[in-house]
Amino acid sequence: MDKTVNQKAWFLVLPVFLVVAFSAVLPLMTVVNYSMQDTFGNNQFFWNGVGWFKELLDPSTDLGGRFLASLGRNLFFSLVILAIEVPLGIVVALSMPREGWTVAACLIILALPLLIPWNVVGTIWQIFGRPDIGLLGYTLNAIGIDYNYVSNEVDAWVTVIVMDVWHWTSLVALLCYAGLKSIPEAYYQAAQIDGASRWAVFKAIQLPKMNRVLLIAVLLRFMDSFMIYTEPFVVTGGGPGNSTTFVSIELVKIALGQFDLGKAAALSLVYNLIILIVCWIFYTVMTNAGVERKVQASSKPAVEPKPSVGLKPVPALKPREGVA
Amino acid sequence: MARIDLVDLAHSYGGNNAPPESFALKPVTMTWRQGGAYALLGPSGCGKTTLLNVISGIITPSRGKILFDGKDITPLSTQKRNIAQVFQFPVIYDTMTVGQNLAFPLKNRGVPRAEIDKRVAEIGRLLDLEPYLDRKATRLTADAKQKISLGRGLVRSDVAAVLFDEPLTVIDPELKWQLRSKLKALHRELDLTMIYVTHDQTEALTFADTVVVMHDGRVVQSGTPAELFDKPAHTFVGYFIGSPGMNILPAEVRGREARVGGHVIALNRAYDNLPAGAKIEIGVRPEFVEVVAPGPGLLTARIERIDDLGRIRFARVRVGDAKLAARAPAGFTSADGTAGLKFDPSHVHVYADSLLVEGAA
Repeated sequence: MDKTVNQKAWFLVLPVFLVVAFSAVLPLMTVVNYSMQDTFGNNQFFWNGVGWFKELLDPSTDLGGRFLASLGRNLFFSLVILAIEVPLGIVVALSMPREGWTVAACLIILALPLLIPWNVVGTIWQIFGRPDIGLLGYTLNAIGIDYNYVSNEVDAWVTVIVMDVWHWTSLVALLCYAGLKSIPEAYYQAAQIDGASRWAVFKAIQLPKMNRVLLIAVLLRFMDSFMIYTEPFVVTGGGPGNSTTFVSIELVKIALGQFDLGKAAALSLVYNLIILIVCWIFYTVMTNAGVERKVQASSKPAVEPKPSVGLKPVPALKPREGVA
Repeated sequence: MARIDLVDLAHSYGGNNAPPESFALKPVTMTWRQGGAYALLGPSGCGKTTLLNVISGIITPSRGKILFDGKDITPLSTQKRNIAQVFQFPVIYDTMTVGQNLAFPLKNRGVPRAEIDKRVAEIGRLLDLEPYLDRKATRLTADAKQKISLGRGLVRSDVAAVLFDEPLTVIDPELKWQLRSKLKALHRELDLTMIYVTHDQTEALTFADTVVVMHDGRVVQSGTPAELFDKPAHTFVGYFIGSPGMNILPAEVRGREARVGGHVIALNRAYDNLPAGAKIEIGVRPEFVEVVAPGPGLLTARIERIDDLGRIRFARVRVGDAKLAARAPAGFTSADGTAGLKFDPSHVHVYADSLLVEGAA
């Protein structure tokens, strides 16, 4: 194969290079630079090597203690969010109508929470939950439930979780709905003929066909919930105590509150790395789940079929033949 | 195992009160005998898939009844009818192996494990799927997937009829005939009623022993391939079956003569009882019209081109405004581009308002 040599192509790539360099690579390098140093203000920096990273992973230090505690809270939060929003989103998508004007109505209602800016969501729930003037807080207290997210840790957690579920379940539901809509009618008809129950239809058809969109939903929801900052910051400010202080809130406290640029830089790098690794694990596990292992096939040569014209496994689905 | 009767069956997607012309399936009464291989043939949108879905129970008909062995099953759901259906695009349960796919209908019906294994092995053998039973079904070719869809129907011992909805659409051409002969063989072996929907006449004529031709929501003719070829009951059948299709010419018919543009064509039968005011046409297949050198008593035509199909040559000719196809005998050439047409009287049919008229001997 002969490649056309065309050096002008560089001019097309160059702008992207520059934009990425200035928007991502340079700031990241600055952060890497900071993470190796300590500053006492006045723009004076001292070399610290990997000192911050050592501290970060050591729970006995102040930095490490705060980081690991907030990381634990954050992982627990993401876990709860995924455990609630993914099944709930699937259920919502399954119970949505397939056709008629109600589809549009459902889509609009579902999309509404997604359109609200994050700090507004926080403000809405902050007021909604207040025991003195908030509809939710006041009602709960009026019927005898002692609810106060400012003073009670459990209440604060419940509020933050319910708020996130309210805000983001729609996203999962919409993605699942798109996945469901792409299933051809023939699958349901075939399942009906095969006598499949509702549950069997879900397990054999709907869930496998939603696999791809679910992967996207899980990834998005994990990343967003793991990076969550605005809403809990507006509602609880990380309190009561440190009970709802997530990693991002801790990071902002260190970086902007204490102006400890070195510690903050080291923390944000580790934070970033964790998100990347967890996403990679999710992606690998979910794309490989259900894929036939090559090892399995070759370990049983006895059943390996002799080549026949009619039946050979194809690596990928062939495009449809045109209808004559 | 069942005989299927359709009694005054009709369906409209617009509901029962829709105007009669808008019905996707116009009222039809017919019988599908047990063990028959039927093809439902017609162009896209002629109602053949609607009819199939009515039989399988996916659609509840607006009117009429369906009887299986004389028992009215119209209100029964698809699950309760003993029907298997193979769809245009292979339906495979992605997460399951081929064996699990085949076992699925039995599992859903609560058949005991041992019985399931026995049936799956049996059907796997029948469909040549044995080596694949433990493999994921998603990784197989389209024709193997269609076999699995079919297998899910056959695996049930109570199945009365297998319906095919253009099952070869996504199959590679060279594999089509293989799968088709497999279906044929299965039909002989299993004594099942098979109904096969297609718009491809070759598929229909090779698969079925009875071909049901549909046009515009109506069953226009049902018969053996030979009957459809020799005696089309409707001009549409004549035109749709055969390649090239039947020549249809507007004509005046009186007694044993048909007049086309002042020229007389002899007929084998007498047509004295033609309905008044009807549109009269004659139809003759290209195989029974021959182009010869122009001569007295022959209809003169202009030759536009000659198609050489290898085994046979067809001349495309023009008579006035009408276009015809006619057989060109070996060695036929025309110096000036004109030719005479010789009709075989025993194969010239007369149609009144598109319907075949039987003449008196």
